[in-house]
Amino acid sequence: MTGTLPKIRIRDLHKSFGSKKVLDGINLDVMPGTSFVIIGGSGSGKSVLLRCILGLITPDAGSIEIDGEDMITASPRRQDVLRGKIGMLFQNGALFDSLPVWENVTFGLLALKRLTRKEARTHAGGILAQVGLDPSVGELYPSELSGGMQKRVGLARAIAAQPDILFFDEPTTGLDPIMGAVIDGLIVDCVKKLGSTAIAITHDMASAQRIGDEAAMLYKGQLIWQGPASALMDSGNAMVDQFTHGRREGPITMELRR
Amino acid sequence: MDMLLDLVARLGRTTLGLIRAAGSLTLFALSGLSHIVRPPFYGRVFLSTFLETGFFSLPVVALTALFSGGVIALQSYTGFAQYHVQSAIAGIVVLAVTRELGPVLAGLMVAGRVGAAMAAEIGTMRVTDQVDALTTLSTNPMKYLVAPRLLAGLIALPLLVLVADVLGVAGGFTVSVVKLGFSPHAYITATLNSVKVIDVTVGLVKAALFGFLIALMGCYYGYNSKGGAEGVGTATTSAVVAASILLLAFDYLLTDLFFSQ
Repeated sequence: MTGTLPKIRIRDLHKSFGSKKVLDGINLDVMPGTSFVIIGGSGSGKSVLLRCILGLITPDAGSIEIDGEDMITASPRRQDVLRGKIGMLFQNGALFDSLPVWENVTFGLLALKRLTRKEARTHAGGILAQVGLDPSVGELYPSELSGGMQKRVGLARAIAAQPDILFFDEPTTGLDPIMGAVIDGLIVDCVKKLGSTAIAITHDMASAQRIGDEAAMLYKGQLIWQGPASALMDSGNAMVDQFTHGRREGPITMELRR
Repeated sequence: MDMLLDLVARLGRTTLGLIRAAGSLTLFALSGLSHIVRPPFYGRVFLSTFLETGFFSLPVVALTALFSGGVIALQSYTGFAQYHVQSAIAGIVVLAVTRELGPVLAGLMVAGRVGAAMAAEIGTMRVTDQVDALTTLSTNPMKYLVAPRLLAGLIALPLLVLVADVLGVAGGFTVSVVKLGFSPHAYITATLNSVKVIDVTVGLVKAALFGFLIALMGCYYGYNSKGGAEGVGTATTSAVVAASILLLAFDYLLTDLFFSQ
């Protein structure tokens, strides 16, 4: 029975900011070991959905279960435990400016007192190597790194505690196509090596196909399509096809003020 | 009639906004205080904030106190000379410095230097998702960012004020002896006779409260900042302005509490 239990189960999730409905009745099951990609335009609610699952934003209604346990109604202590199962790569890296790279990477492990500072320094070198960075990078500060290196350090931080679940918020945004492909490759390798369940949100179609096993499209707060990531470019859904091919004409109209 | 209703509605909205802000600030302060006494404790963050608040504020506070003490001596002399009571200058300097100038000037200097830095740092962390990243890394931002700063403000400012007291009196002494021709021995004796434990103690109590308020405003506005660079700028300005006003308001209240007849 537990084999069929979704790792993440979302039911009828709603979230509004003032009069703007951002999530409007989301239902989603992400099975263990799956890499799930959510695509959608800017402002479609992708980041809000991830933040709701992480407990950073409280939804207005609905349920979010992680391993069968409701994240929303759980006590703060249980929420911390559930959140501890998740590693997150933020869109802009969100590295701590005041700490060197090694301390950024092992921050979660130090917080949970799984390592001493001396051990953490050595351990960080191994994790940095996993994302293709020289251990000496550990002594640098985030401001001394390029955008691609910051993403890699962010990825190293996300996988450091070997989480069951990994979230990637626009992992290739702001990177050149080659570096984007490198980051995608690292994400796929890390997810496979850890056996984690992954959710990535992106509007980079190449990235979505490289990372994802399954995909869904979010439009105006609703999941309008779900299927294999390999079918993204030929989904049979007019909205998805317009989005994935970047067509100007189609059922999706941009709300531009003229 | 419409204008009157509009005026009342505006007044109501402003009042509700103020009550909401006061409630939000009070809850934030209580939450921050509760995290000071509950583990885990972040000693490294406390130490670095304490050094930033206390040690690195020393030059600016020291210079401010030194010159202010000198100014008090000069101004008092100008006035007192007319009544031939120049001998009271030492007492006036020590009273003004320990009761008011030490804590208030040190507080205002630290509000401008440290309160602004706290708001800018936490505000930047907020708008660049670093605060959310803390939460995802099993770290409570209130415990990691706010509690150590509140504690550092609470402890560092009284220590700074002790230094300001000594240097303020030294400033008065220097001006009185070098410029106004007082006897050093007589000035020191008059100072020692005038200094009172209650004045120094109340000054230090004020300083502790001011330190807490400065850190609280810096953390509160930084933590709630939004909207990118502009939001961080607004948070920084608001933190310094709010801390300065609160500091002067509480200075009056404490002075009234301890010294009014």
